[in-house]
Amino acid sequence: MTQKNNINDKLDVFIAAGKIVSIGAMPDGFIATKTIDATNLTVCPGLVDLSARLREPGDEYKARLASELQAAVAGGVTSLACPPDTDPVLDEPGLVEMLKHRAKQQGLAHVYPLGAMTRQLKGSALSEMNELHTAGCVGFSQANVAVTDTQVLWRAMEYAATFDFTLFLHAEEPFLAAKGVAHDGEVATRMGLKGIPSAAEALALASILRIAQEAGARIHISRLSTAEGVAMIRTAKAKGLKVSCDVSANHLHLTEHDIAYFDANCHLKPPLRTQRDKAELSAGLKDGTIDAICSDHTPVDDDAKLAPFAEAEIGATGLELLLPLTLKWAKQEKVSLPHAIERITKASANILGVAAGDLSPNSNADLCIFDANEYWKVSPKTLKSQGKNTPFTGLELAGKVKFTLVNGQVVYHD
Amino acid sequence: MNNPQLDTDGQLRHLLSIEGLPKKILNQILDTAESFVGVAEREVKKVPLLRGKTVCNLFFENSTRTRTTFEIAAKRLSADVISLNVSTSSQSKGETILDTVDNLIAMHADMFVVRHAQSGAAHLIAKHVPPHIHVINAGDGRHSHPTQGLLDVFTIRKYKPELHNLRVAIVGDVLHSRVARSEIHGLTTLGVPEVRVIAPKTLLPAQVEKLGVHVYHDIDEGLKDVDVIMMLRLQNERMNGAMLPSSEEYFKTYGLTQERLALAKPDAIVMHPGPMNRGVEIDSTVADGKQSVILPQVTYGIAIRMAVMAILGGGAGATL
Amino acid sequence: MTDANTPLDNSQLPNAETLLHTLATKLTPLLKPNTALVGIHSGGVWIMQKLLVLLEDAIQLHHIEHGTLDVSFYRDDYAQRGLKAENRPSQIPFDVENKHIILIDDVFYTGRTTRAAMNELFDYGRPASITLIALINRGGRELPITPQVVAADLLLNASQHLQLTQLADGSLALDLTPQHNSARP
Repeated sequence: MTQKNNINDKLDVFIAAGKIVSIGAMPDGFIATKTIDATNLTVCPGLVDLSARLREPGDEYKARLASELQAAVAGGVTSLACPPDTDPVLDEPGLVEMLKHRAKQQGLAHVYPLGAMTRQLKGSALSEMNELHTAGCVGFSQANVAVTDTQVLWRAMEYAATFDFTLFLHAEEPFLAAKGVAHDGEVATRMGLKGIPSAAEALALASILRIAQEAGARIHISRLSTAEGVAMIRTAKAKGLKVSCDVSANHLHLTEHDIAYFDANCHLKPPLRTQRDKAELSAGLKDGTIDAICSDHTPVDDDAKLAPFAEAEIGATGLELLLPLTLKWAKQEKVSLPHAIERITKASANILGVAAGDLSPNSNADLCIFDANEYWKVSPKTLKSQGKNTPFTGLELAGKVKFTLVNGQVVYHD
Repeated sequence: MNNPQLDTDGQLRHLLSIEGLPKKILNQILDTAESFVGVAEREVKKVPLLRGKTVCNLFFENSTRTRTTFEIAAKRLSADVISLNVSTSSQSKGETILDTVDNLIAMHADMFVVRHAQSGAAHLIAKHVPPHIHVINAGDGRHSHPTQGLLDVFTIRKYKPELHNLRVAIVGDVLHSRVARSEIHGLTTLGVPEVRVIAPKTLLPAQVEKLGVHVYHDIDEGLKDVDVIMMLRLQNERMNGAMLPSSEEYFKTYGLTQERLALAKPDAIVMHPGPMNRGVEIDSTVADGKQSVILPQVTYGIAIRMAVMAILGGGAGATL
Repeated sequence: MTDANTPLDNSQLPNAETLLHTLATKLTPLLKPNTALVGIHSGGVWIMQKLLVLLEDAIQLHHIEHGTLDVSFYRDDYAQRGLKAENRPSQIPFDVENKHIILIDDVFYTGRTTRAAMNELFDYGRPASITLIALINRGGRELPITPQVVAADLLLNASQHLQLTQLADGSLALDLTPQHNSARP
């Protein structure tokens, strides 16, 4: 077998009873019942994704748990967190248990739900964070729904800090962002689209960081999009605040110009911003200011994208693109493969507080085995997700997953 | 990415925006419109070019004026005209935009004139229709109103043929105006050296100077020595909101009065896409005064729309 | 099909300026009151401008008016070829109603330009008569239309393309080039 991770070497991996036994040296008395020949392939920990919408409970016409979990393992993702903006909202322990149970039944990727921070995500009453945590939530989030009452945000942070729960927050000032669909700049001006200024992220981030500092809360900022945001996180980390953040794989590669002639696949939240923002996001990822890359998987049915830009449903499918887009970024930015892979494995696992993303002995045998040099074309035919909506459609990307293992079982092979 | 307005031979296939229109085609439209002005002055105002073709006015956003001028233009080309007023609410309950378009194509519509409240609607339809169908954007959200932009530059060219020497000022709500954007693109493409926008900060979009305009907040400064003043309509929704305190204050600070008109060149022309809000953006005496070319704009609007349809409706093997 | 009468190159073509004089002479008896000259763009207009000078006296005497037609909007090949990139406005500054129109074209070929011109003219009014005059009739008509007055007949074949050009000094000349994808008049 060939392997590269924080170990970065050609080694064999030995698995038994769903766990990694050892790497390199064959354990005494080990007899292989199954061998996977990974010559010329790369073996890494199964990818850990910080946000994938599975559309369950609720929007089954958009996607189903089965199809999206299959998409996950086809993309080498073996653990994922799903946001609480389901229908109904994940603010009841029963719903969380049901989701975890149904996900487990699929026997594919591990699902770690993020519970709603406030009831119904309405931003006024706190949800039963402890109950939800017991039911399986690894953290709490408002998804894309802003909390306008600062007092509520403060209390939620204090409450979460009491129990050391992590809050996953999007930084977007709701009044400045209201009805905005693109970055507020030259492109939005030319195209007559209502813009969301960078200041919307900066202002919200300032509030979140300041309150987090007062409350002593552990905060994760989801989907950073501005240069200014990166700078603010850098400062916050230097001050010792318990803050982490992620960037969407889309924002590492695309800018406002990719909207071109109103491509609805580029209608994303946060919006695609400028060349400079993209460069700073990349720099932030390299220097550790940004911890992880996220797929931001949001499957949408075709019809919902066949509308004028502002009316098209927001989001892009992403589970199957996380790996190739990360590899592409690493190549362009001359980042080493182990460093890049860590951004979508160990770093994400640490943020979620789950045991995943590494191959140390006794860890779960969740593996992603891929060919870094095999190109494949992104198209409705090749994507397993029910959401075919991506700005990368029609492009050839390098990085094909050949095998995915969860708990030592092969759950996907090419 | 391919310019969706042009086919693979670089011929005009759809008219979606002035931005991205080659200068040669822009001039062709203007020159062809010149011929149609002559046609309008005859007894028989028709020519047989689009005989047997069906032009469909698909208006998702209401407008009697624009729809009527397109109807007249199409009929003067001998086309059959269908006009559909699809109110947005019924559309959201039932058919999608593309379903509506498909149904009309099945009924043999050849050309669509589309107006919609959302930017990009015409592009969406243009991407969707089969090769022999043409789409004309009659206004999409804040993005583009190319025939208005074209008739405006045509009007300017009529009264001030020396385009390369002109100072043009656009006054008003640029932020929400598709007309302003189209005018700016038309003027800059034709090489007008100085295009000014005059508005309070709340009515200017981000980085508007990147469109190639000089920004003024003081109307008295902005109107100095201009040759053309293009007024924009202030829509009711803007007033009494968080953008502008009142129409009275707007008129006081940005209304075109006789005094302000006198700051421009003595032979400056005054334009307005209509309908006018008298006493809000423009004083009645100016609107009806001798420097106003607002009514000729309307006449030229029909000629421009005829030119666009005539150029789009022809076969592909055009001689140059 | 070539015969002894088919010119093969420009040197074998008659001189356009000479032909203008021939045309002017043939046209003279047609100049009477209530007549107007209408030139078809571009060649017909150049010829008309020359005739206005050559026949100045007769034209002034009978108050003969003139106008121009650009037949772009009446051509029968619009569906195949679309509009030409250049078209100029037609200018008929007189009332066509009951007028005797002398329609002027440069090279008469298939007759389609003439049909288009007549259709356009009738949209201005009902003329009393239309007389078609052309510098050259090259044979090859495809419609039951023919010029009543011609300065010269030239037999050409389909691969040959004859056009009237205006030189830098304003004089007119005939030019024979092999046919490309140009429209047949």
